[in-house]
Amino acid sequence: MTFFKTLGFGLLASVLAVGGASAQEKTVKIATEGAYAPWNFTGAGGKLEGFEIDLANDLCARMKVKCEIVAQDWDGIIPALQAKKYDAIMAGMNITDKRLETINFSVPYAATPHGFGVMKDSPLAKLAGTGTTVNLDKDPEGAKKAIEAWKPLLKGKTVGVQTSTVNAQFVETYLKDTVTIREYKTTEQHDLDLSAGRLDAIFAGQAALKATQEKPEFKDMVIAGTGMRGGLLGRGVAVGMRKDDADLKKSFDEAIQAAIKDGTIKTLSEKWFKIDATPQA
Amino acid sequence: MDFAFMRDTFLTLMGGVPLTLNLSFTSVALGAVLAMLLALMRMSRIKVLDWPAQGYVFVFRGTPLLVQIFLIYYGLGQFRPTLQAWGLWTFFREPYWCAVLALTLNTAAYASEIIRGGLQSVPHNQVEAARACGMSGFLLFRRIVFPIAVRQALPAYGSEIILMVKATSLASIITMMEVTGLAAKLISQTFRAVEVFIVAGLIYLILNFIITRIIMAIEWWLSPHLRRPPAIEPRLEAAHV
Repeated sequence: MTFFKTLGFGLLASVLAVGGASAQEKTVKIATEGAYAPWNFTGAGGKLEGFEIDLANDLCARMKVKCEIVAQDWDGIIPALQAKKYDAIMAGMNITDKRLETINFSVPYAATPHGFGVMKDSPLAKLAGTGTTVNLDKDPEGAKKAIEAWKPLLKGKTVGVQTSTVNAQFVETYLKDTVTIREYKTTEQHDLDLSAGRLDAIFAGQAALKATQEKPEFKDMVIAGTGMRGGLLGRGVAVGMRKDDADLKKSFDEAIQAAIKDGTIKTLSEKWFKIDATPQA
Repeated sequence: MDFAFMRDTFLTLMGGVPLTLNLSFTSVALGAVLAMLLALMRMSRIKVLDWPAQGYVFVFRGTPLLVQIFLIYYGLGQFRPTLQAWGLWTFFREPYWCAVLALTLNTAAYASEIIRGGLQSVPHNQVEAARACGMSGFLLFRRIVFPIAVRQALPAYGSEIILMVKATSLASIITMMEVTGLAAKLISQTFRAVEVFIVAGLIYLILNFIITRIIMAIEWWLSPHLRRPPAIEPRLEAAHV
């Protein structure tokens, strides 16, 4: 019962803090995809798990609100936010200019580079720049050179990406004339097609690629080529919200900054990604 | 409603129409051949032919097409070494052929029941009359049974074709960029689900409108006995008086 009491007091406090804007207890409904391990995925038993589930619970405790996390398919995740099916998105979504035209973002809570996943015995395993990372904003010349260095090997290959992601945009912008692009609804599907040999490579966030490697059937997958960040790949992963929800953005911003400051994000990202994904200021 | 946007959307989505029609007609055509075979197997009264056909119809009508597409594409993808050894991988590697296969197998199950219904609805006295005229075997089938069965089955078969046109939208889950695939992509770029889906729905409506008209025309052509006979010229009647 103490749990409920604490919760009750917390809610009371938050209602008072907001200035009695609403007498009801405040519930924030957060959508995630549930198919993007280790960010968010549906674990054994059908429960949502992952970095963002842990983080959402932590942020909600900081914001002193009750949180409800729901799963929503990726390709409809922004339209459903607009349609007020939920209040926030935490689904490995990067801040991009294109998305900012439609929705608003909190400050970023994580940032990881993006890259290719290929099978070990593929000629693409020798893609240039493996292990290095380049920022499209800070070093556009270096990024251009790295992409040009890939092209001879990538010529005529088939690359899988998840539809409507920064990864899809990246491949379409820089490699459209070099490779055939196939778009998938989830990253799990392009993983399967990579192992089936229908794809020569996938382009995805490296944290997601690392999680795929953990699965026994993908032990022969390697991350190849220069890691990419910045530019149209976005300015880090953040909470997406409707533009008119300024109060919610403010409380998310504060909670995320506090979670970065006290090392919660570092701990959680090391737990789920095996690397520190704390966004650099 | 932003009509300029909807016009652009319409033009973009029209780019998917050839693939949608290609998938529908290829699978309906191949499915019809398979369905005919299945219907004849079911009506053969030979158990070793009847039972497999019954089992086939049971499985493919009883499971969702979405599941069938997933199993054929992602499921069989897991058995690449075996398929390669059998020389089938070049076929199963392509999402197009996986989509055609799944749609064909699915429509064949439904269509075989429609065709069987049509064949069984041929009036017995017509068959007897044909026999009395000395027809039998394939001649009887070709001249009497098949034309009547097709006429009886056509309305139901027409809906099956329309269902297939709509079922091609499921091919988008295996990376086929037909109308629905393009619509999903456009939504993800613009976040305007309502307008894009209205236009996509409209395109399917137009396609199916044209198809229903074609089927109606074929029905009319196949049913001369139901048409009103041409009016008798009054001059001839006058001549009798």
